[in-house]
Amino acid sequence: MSANYAAARAVVSTRVEVVAAYPITPATTVPEQVALLYEDGIYKGEFIRVESEHSAIFACVGASSTGARTFTATSANGLLLMAEGIHWAAAARLPIVVNNINRSVSPSWNIHVTHDDSMSFRDAGWIQFYASSVDEMYHTAIQAFKLGEDERVLMPVMVNTDGFVLSHTLSTFDYLEPEEVDKFLPPYDPPHWKMDPEKPVSHGNIVFPEYYQEFRYSMHEGILNAHKVFEEVERDYKKLFGKYFGGPIDCYKCDDADVIFTSQGSMGAEAKDAIDELRNEGYRVGNARMRMIRPFPVDKMRELGSKVKGIAAFDRGASYGFGGHVVNDIRASLYATKYRPLIKSYIGGLGGRDITVDDIKEIVLDTVGAVESGELGPEETWHDLME
Amino acid sequence: MVTTKELPLKEYVLKGNAACAGCQDMVALRHAHKALEGDVIQVVPACCTSVVQSLWPKSGLGIPVLNTAFPAAAATASGVKAALKAKGNNHTQVMVWAGDGGTFDIGLQALSGALERRTDFLYICYNNQVYSNTGTQRSGATPLHAQTTTTWYGKTEPEKMLDLIVAAHEPVYQFTANSSYPRDLYDKIKKAQEIEGPKFGHIFLPCPQAWNYPVEKGVEIGKLAVETGYWIMWERVGDEFILGKYSKRYQDPEKRKPIEEFLKIQGRFSRLFKPKRNEAKIQELQDYVQHRWDLVMKTFT
Ligand SMILES: Cc1ncc(C[n+]2csc(CCOP(=O)(O)OP(=O)(O)O)c2C)c(N)n1
Ligand code: SF4
Repeated sequence: MSANYAAARAVVSTRVEVVAAYPITPATTVPEQVALLYEDGIYKGEFIRVESEHSAIFACVGASSTGARTFTATSANGLLLMAEGIHWAAAARLPIVVNNINRSVSPSWNIHVTHDDSMSFRDAGWIQFYASSVDEMYHTAIQAFKLGEDERVLMPVMVNTDGFVLSHTLSTFDYLEPEEVDKFLPPYDPPHWKMDPEKPVSHGNIVFPEYYQEFRYSMHEGILNAHKVFEEVERDYKKLFGKYFGGPIDCYKCDDADVIFTSQGSMGAEAKDAIDELRNEGYRVGNARMRMIRPFPVDKMRELGSKVKGIAAFDRGASYGFGGHVVNDIRASLYATKYRPLIKSYIGGLGGRDITVDDIKEIVLDTVGAVESGELGPEETWHDLME
Repeated sequence: MVTTKELPLKEYVLKGNAACAGCQDMVALRHAHKALEGDVIQVVPACCTSVVQSLWPKSGLGIPVLNTAFPAAAATASGVKAALKAKGNNHTQVMVWAGDGGTFDIGLQALSGALERRTDFLYICYNNQVYSNTGTQRSGATPLHAQTTTTWYGKTEPEKMLDLIVAAHEPVYQFTANSSYPRDLYDKIKKAQEIEGPKFGHIFLPCPQAWNYPVEKGVEIGKLAVETGYWIMWERVGDEFILGKYSKRYQDPEKRKPIEEFLKIQGRFSRLFKPKRNEAKIQELQDYVQHRWDLVMKTFT
């Protein structure tokens, strides 16, 4: 199955109670499959075929506020139309799970992968994962509910998959029946408030400056708690189902590496092959796949920063005017330490442009060269940019 | 019709709410909740009603209230309803309580979607004909020639006929009401509670702050809206149209009071009378009264 079909299956496995979704390429096959599973009686929750993404996220807000486990899927312009609800869900502490299938934002119209859509919501209070395979997407979606619904966290989670590369590419994955997932994921029961005529509360009414900041701080605390809780989630998941994808940063051959390559999403899989080839050629290099970018795994990054001499940080998108999204987070997390690996930023693969094993090798070798010469050279390189 | 004595004593609009003195929204809310008797989840987009609940951590309403974004009332309510359904609760009424801005304008798409999906809920638009929350800007419900802070010399277009837009979605039950007739409103909300499917109620209510009239005149102005024929009270169950008893006699233009009586006690229409009486504009509003009657009767009967 493709990652989108697997996402629809994750809805069944986790006994989601309400899905509200609106079609947009390449997310469309998620609501299509949910519709089919719903009509065939396999998905037993409610499915709302809303008239826009703004309504999709707010239907999720309404359902989650009433104590239901909720899910939606979208891409690019759809995610952007949700903006008001994305911020709303986080501030209301609603553990909604969104599968965002990364797609370029317009103009020009381009339906292929760029990470700008989800990256522009890094500051909204959502936990964010980037998956590199269909299997990882499916299991991360299941873990996302457990993580977001934990009382110490209570935050929404976005699971990102690269448009077409994962959303439409067939691959096997290990499906779990709802009865199996029950052992891991109990029914959602909001611990603090929900819409209930037996216990009436007003949620979201006016808060003056004397309290507002405390609400925001508690959001910050909640999402920071995800570091520890995610460790527990992965540990339990591994014990129960034998699945483990490597923590917030999945490291491959990083222990003795001089230079590591960092990236988000499906590229992380390609990068492994590039690292193997470079190792065969005698280079001490490793692959650090950034799975979780909010909360940012600062400790793990510092641990890596303490060991390596150089980091080739790849971003499939940019904060226009200040460079790659994740490279800046990497730089920022090391600044307060004494570790000073050379950090080189590479931006590329936008609009679905192919990034091959050879491209990655070229990038890693560029950083290896900088480390060897002791000269940083360009801080930022747009890879494969036409003149 | 319910008698005053029969109205439940329990109050759901509590003391200490933050509404302006003379707020007719509170009158409407109070009677709506007496009818629903607590088994309700109320969804409120940004509007006066999101403010009058008072400040966190207090609540001026004794029912569960989910505040939501300005464009999103009907979508949020769809989610609440779906969650109740998923949990096997088929008795709690999901009710939206939205202003005219959140209904005629920014929330229209979500409303249309929820009605088309045949969502089992009750959507109430309380129409004070202006964006009151943000300080009296014009809305799609603001009448012709009314002064607002975005139409200082009077609005140049009449209001949109929202009821016809809603009717095109064929709700199971649709009604208009008026805060000056609270027992009639009570009955309509009760009736809505009994019917499954998408229901829409449109309540006309004067706002002293935005319409600029003495706070004690709210009931009088609401009644004048009906007695001049400007506001028509009706119900529609399926496609059966019922002209309300309060409006029936004003179907005859001869029986109506002149629109001027409704206009002249409101500061928002002051430019129609000062510095010089503007006969032409007053006549335009007078003509609009008949226009609405013609359109409503032609469409529904
Ligand atoms: C997306 C968005 N745009 C604008 C606003 C600002 N805003 C809040 S309430 C409001 C007007 C509400 O008017 P109405 O629905 O008529 O209700 P009333 O205030 O009259 O009760 C506006 C413009 C907002 N909250 N959200
Ligand atoms: S502005 Fe008008 S509608 Fe709003 S609370 Fe005051 S009186 Fe009520």
